[in-house]
Amino acid sequence: MSDRLRVKKTYKLYVGGKFPRSESGRSYPVASPDGTELANAALASRKDARDAVAAARNAQRPWAGQTAYLRGQILYRAAEMLEGRAGQFAEELADATGADPHEALGTVEQAIDRLVHYAGWTDKYTSVLGGANPVAGPYFNHTTPEPLGVVAVVAPQDDPLLGLIDAIAPAIATGNTVVVLASESKPLPALSLGEVLATSDLPGGVVNLLSGKTAEVAPHLASHADVNGLDLRGVADADLAASLEAAAAETLKVVRRPGKDGNALDLLRQWTEYKTVWHPAGMAAGAGGAY
Amino acid sequence: MFEYAPAPESVRPQIKEHYGLFIGGEFVDAEHVFKSINPSTEEVLFTVAEASEADVARAVAAARKAQETVWGPMSGTERGKYLFRIARLLQEKAREFAVAESMDNGKPIKETRDFDVPTAAQHFFYHAGWADKLAYAGLGADPKPLGVVGQVIPWNFPLLMLAWKIAPALACGNTVVLKPAETTPLTALMFAELCQEADLPPGVVNILTGAGTTGSALVDSAVDKVAFTGSTAVGRAIAKAVAGSKKKVTLELGGKAANIVFDDAPIDQAVEGIVNGIFFNQGHVCCAGSRLLVQESVAEEVLARLKERVSLLRVGDPLDKNTDVGAINSAEQLERITALTEAGRGEGAEVWQPACDLPENGFWFRPTVFTGVQQSMRIAQEEIFGPVLSVLTFRTPDEAIAKANNTPYGLSAGVWTEKGSKILWAAERLRAGVVWANTFNQFDAASPFGGLKESGYGREGGRQGLEAYLDV
Amino acid sequence: MGSILSGAEAASLVRALPGVDAVGLEARAAGLSTRSVKTTSKAWAIDLAISMIDLTTLEGADTPGKVRSLAAKALRPDGDAPSTAAVCVYPSMVAVAKEALAGSGVLVASVATGFPAGQVPLDVRLADTESAVRAGADEIDMVINRGAFLAGDLERVFHEIKAVKAAAGDARLKVILETGELATYDDVRRASWLAMYAGADFIKTSTGKVGVNATLPVTLLMMQAVRDYRALTGVQVGVKPAGGIRNTKDAIKYLVTVNETLGDDWLRNEWFRFGASSLLNDLLMQRQKLKTGHYSGPDYVTVD
Repeated sequence: MSDRLRVKKTYKLYVGGKFPRSESGRSYPVASPDGTELANAALASRKDARDAVAAARNAQRPWAGQTAYLRGQILYRAAEMLEGRAGQFAEELADATGADPHEALGTVEQAIDRLVHYAGWTDKYTSVLGGANPVAGPYFNHTTPEPLGVVAVVAPQDDPLLGLIDAIAPAIATGNTVVVLASESKPLPALSLGEVLATSDLPGGVVNLLSGKTAEVAPHLASHADVNGLDLRGVADADLAASLEAAAAETLKVVRRPGKDGNALDLLRQWTEYKTVWHPAGMAAGAGGAY
Repeated sequence: MFEYAPAPESVRPQIKEHYGLFIGGEFVDAEHVFKSINPSTEEVLFTVAEASEADVARAVAAARKAQETVWGPMSGTERGKYLFRIARLLQEKAREFAVAESMDNGKPIKETRDFDVPTAAQHFFYHAGWADKLAYAGLGADPKPLGVVGQVIPWNFPLLMLAWKIAPALACGNTVVLKPAETTPLTALMFAELCQEADLPPGVVNILTGAGTTGSALVDSAVDKVAFTGSTAVGRAIAKAVAGSKKKVTLELGGKAANIVFDDAPIDQAVEGIVNGIFFNQGHVCCAGSRLLVQESVAEEVLARLKERVSLLRVGDPLDKNTDVGAINSAEQLERITALTEAGRGEGAEVWQPACDLPENGFWFRPTVFTGVQQSMRIAQEEIFGPVLSVLTFRTPDEAIAKANNTPYGLSAGVWTEKGSKILWAAERLRAGVVWANTFNQFDAASPFGGLKESGYGREGGRQGLEAYLDV
Repeated sequence: MGSILSGAEAASLVRALPGVDAVGLEARAAGLSTRSVKTTSKAWAIDLAISMIDLTTLEGADTPGKVRSLAAKALRPDGDAPSTAAVCVYPSMVAVAKEALAGSGVLVASVATGFPAGQVPLDVRLADTESAVRAGADEIDMVINRGAFLAGDLERVFHEIKAVKAAAGDARLKVILETGELATYDDVRRASWLAMYAGADFIKTSTGKVGVNATLPVTLLMMQAVRDYRALTGVQVGVKPAGGIRNTKDAIKYLVTVNETLGDDWLRNEWFRFGASSLLNDLLMQRQKLKTGHYSGPDYVTVD
């Protein structure tokens, strides 16, 4: 038994529901905090980022067009899949962060519960955030939150699973699709999460996961004209965050700055925009008109 | 022939010869002054101080002091009562404000009297009621004000934009430094006098007049939040300027709204909506329905009726109660409208204008309808911000939506059909912050307004509008 | 002009008309109401309005004396004010009115067809019409069968209007839709077109005998219908709002609406009328005010 050669996993990107290597052909070594080499991860290029944005864009309308109930069931399914592989994720998390295995398992369980939490939000946030407005005229007027579209996420660097779920779940629960740049030094749990999502009935392209250098890839996401939102909570370098925000300003993206946490509703609101629809309400003649 | 005799508005507001900056509850002078003219006559109405960077700093300091010592600590109930008082004073002085706005901006008295001023008062009345109910706004149990807010507003609805900015900011416990547009400072300065009359604590509202440099000084100053309504170019510059800072920002920017008329629309009402969509306020409206998308099968009929209707628009003296279309706000804006219209001709679109006499002095532009417009033309892509309609056709509902959404903007859209399911179908697909179905250009303090994409972010009005002024 | 359509064709065309958005229609009417008509244009509008009145008395208590008094007023309302367009009376009073107005150019209009409810058999309604015409009526104001209309029997309504048109002979036919009973703008539009297809010379809002009479939005909608009908067929049809228009301000709103919806072609009493009684005195008082510069009072115009 002990002589058996272990089959090591190749950590690839997750783009458009597929698991490609970087189009650049590059990879980079990933090690645990104590220096143990863990694996090579694909080193995403700007073209991978571009492909991921295209995949996210293609998936966005159909995803937003699904019923909220179905989106909730798919998120719940992802939680089920993650639960089934909790052991594997605990191990990967412990390797990545240096946490002890028991603590790592606790974090995985929190991540699963977080997914379940957001699964339950999909068919509720619109009624919590939106509503009917009592305008001073004969009009039906209704406001509802709608997805921004494509959200680019720089995932938290030191919280590679739970922080990632916290970034992804509220964005996709509200009908957005995401391009996630995983933790640069701890990308493996994120790349494995792609395998969970791929088996959760989540349509390809709704979540796209890239591993690589933040400073290399993030600027291309920040400036990409077909990206609508930018989550910078995972950018540790303040100067980089400022320059990414400035790049995002070119097409007036919605930006979430680093360092600001929020409750679930706050995060759900972050990646939605309100649409207000007016319609005349009136039928009968002879009310004397408005004069 | 039924010709209407002139019906001039008789009320005249008291306009001072010169206005200073309103800082800390008092009017103070500045080194430089500039003139404000009546765009319908080109006569100078008054002179006004131009705020320097130092003036901006002083105003922000006054606002900071007021926020920390008076307005922030004040109970919501008391804050609300001040806002109610302001709303009432605006109603009492409604006609004076309406006439002043018409003179300084060039828009017809009919609109300032029936829309701008009453809606401004409504915004204060509406937000007054929120001041002691913020805990119920769904933004947390104890939402806090942001602090000092710097606000920069445009010239198209001077008083109304002021109300949209100041009322929610104050209701949420912030104090403000507001810069009105260079060409339309009058009603903001009259509002400053009204704040004095209302005994609003000094420093809660500060009004700084000036041009772009004053505006960027305000953006760069020690404010906690920047709220801007205006062009996408300036909005982009502001978003860049605050990048990496802790300043929150909301932007309400340009638009190129599609107004979609399906073949089963109530045609007469649709024609009214098209006219209201683009000729209201001389088309100086960010959410103007500047692109008419009409189903090919009814295009001829709709266009014929539209031209008939546009021919009835009365262009001229803004203070005549029967004027429908007033003066263009400035020589600069007139130049821009003219240039884009020329571009439209150059690109092969067919131009139509009604026969109407224009006054000799002042800045005027005839209501204009371009037909045969293609999606690739500049007049279909760029915001003209004037009384110029570009007409495009479509064959199927999908094509209508695709063309409507094919723009970097996303502020508003219109859809006309008698079929309810088609309205809901279209409203869901239109990428716009406001969708008017079988109506257009409706606004209300209780209804959130704002755009997507390059039309900006954040909402003004309604419960959702409070987010812009609270730390949530 | 006889209709070239069959009842079934007319009914099906009318059913296929596009809808009316009530709020938008009322907003347009309200917008037109903000027009401010002053000085010379007001004087012109007042005289035009006077000349468009069908001065009306439709009461059980009508007597020859009352009708003669009304006719005298219609002829010479006040000083140099123009005559009204017509007097409008029940069929039994047509002869009296005709005699009083002989040779004057002021027409005699008569309500017929079992006015105001129209709930009598068709042959009675036709006989009513014929008798009014025989007595000298220049114009017949008929009521449509609202019961049949609301029951969906548009063909019957169409055929009845055609029959009355035939019975009226050379007299011009005004078809009263009784819009207050049709209740929706969609039905007002349908009824307008149905009446025009059947040969109406005028479409008229109301009898003045129900709770809701002429309103500006309803009349605007009917104006749009006659405008569109002429564009389609070349045939011009008149419009007559009736009931509830009591003062000068209201009358001018209607004229502004004619001006901006139909234009000059309809700004004559051949094509636009007011069915009214008390309106005339208010117009006369306003007329005096414009001449003298001070407000007039009810004792300075005649009670008829």
